Amino acid sequence: MPEYTLRVNGASRTVRTDADTPLLYVLRNDLELNGPKFGCGIAQCGACTVHIDGRAARSCVTPVSALAGKNVTTLEGLGTLDKPHPLQQAFLEEQAAQCGYCTNGMIMSAKALLDVNPKPSSAQIKTALAGNLCRCGSHNRIVRAVQRASANKGA
Amino acid sequence: MTTTTLSRRKFLKQGGIIVASFTLAGPAAIAQQARAPLPGGLNNNRMLDGWIRINANGRVTIHTGKCEIGQGILTALAQIAADELDVAYERIDMVSADTARTPNEGMTAGSLSVEGSGTALRFACAEVRGMLLAAAAQKLNVTVDKLTVSDGAISASPTRLTYWDLAKDLNLKREATATAKPKPASQHKVIGKSVPRRDFPAKVTGGAAFVQDMRLPGMVFGRVVRPPSYRAQLVSVDEAAAKALPGVVAVMRDGNFLAVAAAREEQAIKAAQALRASAKWNESPDLPPGGAALYEHLKKMPSRDSVIKTVTPVGASGGKVTSIEAEYTRPFQSHGSIGPSCAVAQFKDGKYTVWTHSQGVFPLRNDLAKALKTPIANITCTHVEGSGCYGHNGADDVTCDAALLARATGGNPVKLQWMREDEFGWEPFGSAMVIKMQAHLDESGQIVNWQHETWSHPHSTRPMSNPAGSFVLGGWHLASPVPPAVPNNSPQPSGAADRNAVPLYDFPRQNILLHYITDMPVRTSALRTLGAYANVFALESFIDETALAAGADPVEFRLRHMKNPRARAVIELAAQKSNWKPNTGIGKSGNGSSGRGFAFAQYKNLAAYCAVVADVTVDRNGNVKVTRAVSVVDAGLAVNPDGIINQIEGGIIQSASWTLKEQVKFDRQRITTRSWADYPIFTFNDVPDVEVHIINMPNERPLGVGEGSQGPTVAAIANAIANATGKRPRDLPFTADKIRTLMA
Ligand code: FES
Ligand code: FES
Repeated sequence: MPEYTLRVNGASRTVRTDADTPLLYVLRNDLELNGPKFGCGIAQCGACTVHIDGRAARSCVTPVSALAGKNVTTLEGLGTLDKPHPLQQAFLEEQAAQCGYCTNGMIMSAKALLDVNPKPSSAQIKTALAGNLCRCGSHNRIVRAVQRASANKGA
Repeated sequence: MTTTTLSRRKFLKQGGIIVASFTLAGPAAIAQQARAPLPGGLNNNRMLDGWIRINANGRVTIHTGKCEIGQGILTALAQIAADELDVAYERIDMVSADTARTPNEGMTAGSLSVEGSGTALRFACAEVRGMLLAAAAQKLNVTVDKLTVSDGAISASPTRLTYWDLAKDLNLKREATATAKPKPASQHKVIGKSVPRRDFPAKVTGGAAFVQDMRLPGMVFGRVVRPPSYRAQLVSVDEAAAKALPGVVAVMRDGNFLAVAAAREEQAIKAAQALRASAKWNESPDLPPGGAALYEHLKKMPSRDSVIKTVTPVGASGGKVTSIEAEYTRPFQSHGSIGPSCAVAQFKDGKYTVWTHSQGVFPLRNDLAKALKTPIANITCTHVEGSGCYGHNGADDVTCDAALLARATGGNPVKLQWMREDEFGWEPFGSAMVIKMQAHLDESGQIVNWQHETWSHPHSTRPMSNPAGSFVLGGWHLASPVPPAVPNNSPQPSGAADRNAVPLYDFPRQNILLHYITDMPVRTSALRTLGAYANVFALESFIDETALAAGADPVEFRLRHMKNPRARAVIELAAQKSNWKPNTGIGKSGNGSSGRGFAFAQYKNLAAYCAVVADVTVDRNGNVKVTRAVSVVDAGLAVNPDGIINQIEGGIIQSASWTLKEQVKFDRQRITTRSWADYPIFTFNDVPDVEVHIINMPNERPLGVGEGSQGPTVAAIANAIANATGKRPRDLPFTADKIRTLMA
C-alpha cells in the first residue's frame, strides 16, 4: 500500500492506504479523530465535512491521494474543551443540537461561511448550510449559534 | 454509558470493564411475593443500590435503565437527583442502560423516561437523603430536625458531617419504601432550570460521544450485505473472491446472511461491494402497489378488527343532523437517522459483549440470545449513544449483525456500521395508514356522533414485542432462521396503531375502531409517536372540517367540545400567543396564497398537552412553505425548560418535514428509497420560525414531551393549507404536485 503524508490540524501525519481511500476513514480510523462523521458516503448530508486549505469539503468523497501538500482541518483543529472556538462556544451557549450527530458538519460549514462572510444574514446562513442535513430539527438553534459566533467575533 | 466519560482513554477503559457490583432485581426477585406498588420505575427495580451510590470521594453515581437518544434525559435525571439528594449538580455521574450495571427499565420510548426513571429517582433519592440524615443524627447525637444539609454537608452547629464521611457505612442494599416525600416545587434549586446538556461539550469538540467513535484494541471493521428485497433467497455468491481481497479477515455466509470483516473500514466496504456484485438472488414481486392504490390495498388486507372505545353506541341521535365524513392517508415514512446504525461486538470465550445504541438493552439482549442461540447470561449489552433514532431504526438489527460477525473475527472486536442504503432499505418504517372519520353535527352546532376508524400495520415490532419470536433482522436470514412472531397492538390508554384515536373532546357518542393488519409485506415498527401522527392528523383536520360545516371558528369550536381544564388552557394560550383571529373556516381568512391553521392534542391522552398554530404560504405550483409555528405546551413540572423547548421545536420541524416531503418509495419487488436523493427531508431553507411557550405546572408530575408536537403540527399545517386555498388536503405528504391538483 502506498504511503501518504498529510497535514492535519497543523501536524504532519503519514498513513499507508490505497489511493482511493476516502479521507473520512483516514481521519477517523488512522488518526483517531471523532469530529467528521459517516452519514451517507456520497456527499449528500454534510456530516463528514472538514476543511481542505480553508474550504469546506466532504471527506467521504475526497480520496486521500488528492491531498498532497494540502492542509486539512477538522473539528478538533478548531478548539478544545478548555479553549473552544467561538463557534463551538456559541453552539454550547445556544444548545444548538439534540443528538449532535450533524454538529461537526454544521460547525465546519459555518466556519467556512464566517471566514468569507463574517456578518452573514440569517438567509445567508441558511443558504450556506442548506447542504447539511439535521434530522432532529435543531436548525433554528444552529442559525442562532452562527449569528452569536459572528457577533462575538466582531466584538 | 457513563456521561462523564470524555476522553478516549477513559471511554475505552469504561467500555471494556464491566462492573457488576449492584443488586439488580431480576424477574425472580420481583416474583417472590406481591408487594405494595412503588412509584415509577421503582416498582420493577426496587433496590436502592440499583439506582444510587454515594461515594466516599464526594461523587454520586446515578444508575438509570433509560438512555440518552438526543432528548437530554440524562441531564434531566441528574437535575432531579441533585435536588432530591441536596447535592450540587456537578457531583452527579450518570450510568445508563447497561445489562450489567443498571436497572431494567425496558425501552426508552413513548416519552416515558422522565415519568418512569425520574419519578423513581425522586423517591429513591429522597429516601437515601433521609437515611443519610438519620445516620448523621445518630452520630452527632441530635434529632434529625436539628440538621441542615447543603451540597452533601450536614450541619448541626457546631459540628458537621458529610455524605462522603457517611458513605462507607451506608447500606443501600435494601428495598425502597417510597415513604420519604420528594421535595415540593418551592424547594427545587436545579429542577426547573435550563441546565445545559451534559453530553454537548464532547459533541462540539470532537470528543468520543457515539458508538461510532469507539475504538477497541485489535478492532476490525464489518459490513453486512443484505438481500436486494425483503424475502429474496440467496442462490449463489463468490465468497472466495471477496476473501481474497486485501485486508479481509472474514467472509461470513449463513443462509441469506452475508457479512465481511476487514482490517480497514474501506477494505470492508470494498469486500462487501464485491460480495454484493457476485451474489445471485431469487426475488418475487410481493410488495403492495404504490400511490393511491396502496390505501385501497391496505383496507382489503386481512386484519384483526377491534372496537377500541364506545361511548354510547353511535346511532341516530334524534333531531336533524348534518352528517360529514372524510378519509385521510399517510404513506410509509422513514426514521432517516443522519448516522446509519452502528454497533461494536466482541465474542470471546463463548461470551458476547455488545455496545449498542438500541433504545432497550434488556429487551435486545433477550432477542439477541435467540438469534445467536445462546443463553442470555452469555450476553452483555451496553448502551452507547448513536445518531438520533426517533424510534425503532436499525439500532437493534445492526447489533445482531455485529454479534454474528464477531464469531468469525477470532475474538477481535468488530465495529459494524450500516451503509446509508442499508438503513433506508432495511429499517422498519412508520406504517402507512388509512383513517376514515365520520361525524354528526346537530342544529346547535354540537358534535353528537363521532367515529374514527384506523387501518394500520403494527407500530411496535421491537425486540420482545412477542416473546414467541425474535425481532432482530440478522436472525431471520440465517440458514436455520429465528423468525419474528406476530406482534400485538399495545392496549389503550396509550395504544399504538390507535394511539390518540380516542378524542380528548367530550363527544357524547363515540365509536373508535381499529383494523390491525399484522401481515407486513413492508417492514414496519415504531416511528416517533407511532399511530398518533396520522390519528391526530385525521382527528384534528376533521374537527376543522366539522367546524366549517357548523360555521364556527376552529378554536372556539374546539373549546365548545373540551372540558379538560389543562387542555383548554393550552388551546386558549396558543390562540392568544399566535394572535389568532377568529375565522369561520376553510378559505375564509386566507387569500389563496397564505393561511393559518390550529391543532391540539395531548400525546397518548396521557403525556404533554400541546397546541400548534401554523402559518403557510402556497404558490401557484402548489409549493407549500410553513413560515412560522407557534406552540404552547403543558408538560406538568418543567424539569428543564430549554430541554422541553428543544424537543417541542425539533418535533415541529421533523413533523413538518414528514408532512410536506416524506414518503418511502418502492416497486412491486424492492424498496427503491436508498439515498437522501430518493427521500428528501427539510433543509435549512424549508424550516419555519418556531416559537414555544411552556405552561409550567410545578405541582403536577412531569409529562413526556418528546412526541408532543408531531400530531398537532401535521394537522395545523393541513388546516392552514385548507385555510389558504379553500381545498382540504387529506393525502400525505403534501407535495407540490398533490396540492396543485387539489387547487385545480
Ligand atoms: S457522509 Fe459525506 S456528505 Fe454524507
Ligand atoms: S442534532 Fe441530531 S441530526 Fe442534527
